[in-house]
Amino acid sequence: MARSRDRDTAALQDRGLRMGIGAALLLLALFAQAGFRSLDVAAIPFLAVIALIYVPPWETVPYVGRFARAGIAITIAALYPFVWDKLFTVPVFGSFPSIPTGVVMLVFIQMAVGLNIVVGYAGLLDLGYVAFYAMGAYVAAWFASVQFSQKNVHFLAVGVGSNTPGFHISIWILLVVAGITTAFVGVLIGLPTLRLRGDYLAIVTLGFGEILPQIARNGDNLFGFNLTNGPNGITPIDSPGFFGVNYLTGSGTFWSSARLFYWTGLLLLLITIFCSVRLRDSRLGRAWIAIREDETAAAAMGVPLMRTKTWAYATGAFFGGVAGAYYASFKSATFPGDFFFNISVFILCMIILGGMGNIWGVIMGGAFLAYLDQEGLADSGGWFNSHFSQAGFNRLIGFLLIAGLFAVVILAKDVAWRAGLAVICGVLAVLFFALNPVQLPLEVPKFEFGIFGIILLVVMLFRPEGLIPSTRRAAEFHEGVHDQPLYDVVHE
Amino acid sequence: MVTEASAEPLESTSRFRLSFTAVFGILLVGLVLFWLAVNFYKTPADFIQIFLIGFTLGALYALIALGYTLVYGILELINFAHGDVFMLGGMMAVTVVGTTLFDLTQGEAWYVLWPLIIAALLICMGFCGLLNVTVELIAYRRLRHAPRLAPLITAIGASFILQNIGLAWKGPNYVQTADVLPAGNVFSIGGVEYTWEKLIVLLVTTPVLIILVWLVQRTRQGKAMRATAQDRDAAAMMGINVNRTISFTFLIAGALAGVAGLLYALYAGSVRFDQGFQLGLIAFTAAVLGGIGNLPGAVLGALLIGLIQAFNEGLSWHSPGSDWTQSMVFGILIIILVLRPEGLLGERTPEGG
Repeated sequence: MARSRDRDTAALQDRGLRMGIGAALLLLALFAQAGFRSLDVAAIPFLAVIALIYVPPWETVPYVGRFARAGIAITIAALYPFVWDKLFTVPVFGSFPSIPTGVVMLVFIQMAVGLNIVVGYAGLLDLGYVAFYAMGAYVAAWFASVQFSQKNVHFLAVGVGSNTPGFHISIWILLVVAGITTAFVGVLIGLPTLRLRGDYLAIVTLGFGEILPQIARNGDNLFGFNLTNGPNGITPIDSPGFFGVNYLTGSGTFWSSARLFYWTGLLLLLITIFCSVRLRDSRLGRAWIAIREDETAAAAMGVPLMRTKTWAYATGAFFGGVAGAYYASFKSATFPGDFFFNISVFILCMIILGGMGNIWGVIMGGAFLAYLDQEGLADSGGWFNSHFSQAGFNRLIGFLLIAGLFAVVILAKDVAWRAGLAVICGVLAVLFFALNPVQLPLEVPKFEFGIFGIILLVVMLFRPEGLIPSTRRAAEFHEGVHDQPLYDVVHE
Repeated sequence: MVTEASAEPLESTSRFRLSFTAVFGILLVGLVLFWLAVNFYKTPADFIQIFLIGFTLGALYALIALGYTLVYGILELINFAHGDVFMLGGMMAVTVVGTTLFDLTQGEAWYVLWPLIIAALLICMGFCGLLNVTVELIAYRRLRHAPRLAPLITAIGASFILQNIGLAWKGPNYVQTADVLPAGNVFSIGGVEYTWEKLIVLLVTTPVLIILVWLVQRTRQGKAMRATAQDRDAAAMMGINVNRTISFTFLIAGALAGVAGLLYALYAGSVRFDQGFQLGLIAFTAAVLGGIGNLPGAVLGALLIGLIQAFNEGLSWHSPGSDWTQSMVFGILIIILVLRPEGLLGERTPEGG
């Protein structure tokens, strides 16, 4: 008892110290941004709220303690539309994300949480998640637009004239339908492929992730039938709504469409997170983790491999489909150009950066990367362009490379690694100092996926468990697992 | 004795049972053959012309597919970055052959053209080889003992980084290559034209493949590669420097990608930063089709994929057309992986060499 209290105190001090350092750094950066003359006081309540979530030992409070962190976080998220424009300017990144950006962030976090079930819990690498996103988006597009104008079917649709041609079914129903359809597609894809070994599974899912969007792209003439309207996409798509009023009617008032979409997205995300957490702790979830850690042992203990994996796949697909349908309704359009392989990697990157298998990690990773994609990269690129001369920027990269060189020389254990990386860093640093190869103004968003590639590489090499790891996953990465697939064991 | 007795009935039942796999496979191949036969009957000259195009394309794919298969054989890793190494090789070729260095143009005298083309070839091979070794050093070496997911993810990361290097280097549009290969036909019989470009692709590819086979099967280093592919720990105990052998494998794979990059840039006439990913996946499919880890298999698979692609895009009677090429290639990949993961020529456990 005494020992556990000591440990709790130590953990509290640890968190307090981290929070203190973080707060001090942020305040210093804000101070520097204002030219060391003034300090933006809006940062103080922000830091206080973060500290309130992070520092106190909530887990020791009886009964309500378990829900305290999540409760505060949800409250803040729900109130965000009222405060986002009153917050301070973040150094380098600029203002906080706007509400439409917030909607996109919520949708992508939902997808990340869905993919986390497949990759984080069950340990199956899925490189074709975009196929599920596309499937959900097209289900919403087919049944809530004028695409099939030869029919005229209306069912609980809100804000659509009753003589508008095409299928018009309520988005609320379509969210569920999209999820179920996508889960069904997931099972269809999964049944033949899930018995493959991990890397083959990755490549087959990648294949499906390329085939489905190609069908969408060429689907304006499938044996003479216009299924997807080809590269022109399907637009407009109906909005959700209540009591005969849809989300688009309230613009300019308190119930603006952006806010409504934001709160609905938040609700969907919370449902997803709730299901994800409850599933993880269920019998099925424990079976997923068992398969991830040792497929052979799990099979020997009576875990039905195919059925368990298929469930993981179907569940992940379900949430991908719901998110896709909701996003299509929010954007009021689907285009086949939205469904590239890059998106699959983008969502994978969120999970890996945040921490595979850890819900908080996945949410943070998803929020950060989706924000970078929508606003962050453009804003920070603008900041770099206005604060550096071309020579200065290249010199900055050169100094970073030299710092990397020293870090490698000091830290690396493997001789070849040390020598090779040191040479590469040195040569690149000299290049940057001598040639000024990077031209300003730099279009940072153009190199978005290069940046994501670097994130994948660096996280996987130096902190494979992610920034906010799940203890169990971290142990697997550091101690190693017996991850030889049953397929190989049987065929050896 | 007991095991032998019990093995016999199992053996005999499986011999005469026509499995679903076999029926499905035979039906599929039969349909494709029928489609080809009808097309040949309708337009024989076109058919042969397209066959030649497909064969040339297949030879190019073989060079890339061999890179995948060599690396897979030795590390059991899908080197996603390989296609992008090939793409950067193409960009290097554009730079070297074009105005920056050699400034070759159409109709150059043969004693100027060929030494310079060979020099460009060597430059591209060296560049891509070193690039591939660097990728291995940075992205894969530290993760030899990590869970299998880890190096796969770094491979994707490396692929994106290389793609963006290409984007930063040559911009987002197609880069046109100087048209330097001799124009005109080697022969033209009954409407079938065989251009010099196609012959040159084969003239370069064939010796490269022969050298590769010699290297893997006849040299000491090749023996070390095969040993490392079979069992890394045992090979280390026999005194083989495993790290160096793996680096050497990546060097060869990269050099092959360099050859492919140059030939593709000259043959197809343009390079773009995202080309490596697409062609890399096609080549990977070829490697899987032939049996990944199996060198002759990769060549066979690549020729088949090249032919399928050319027939699909070129034939006139009921062919899906180039819009569907990618789906067809991936369809083949999925069917092969699901029905016969060891490929056409592969063994159940790929052991390389």
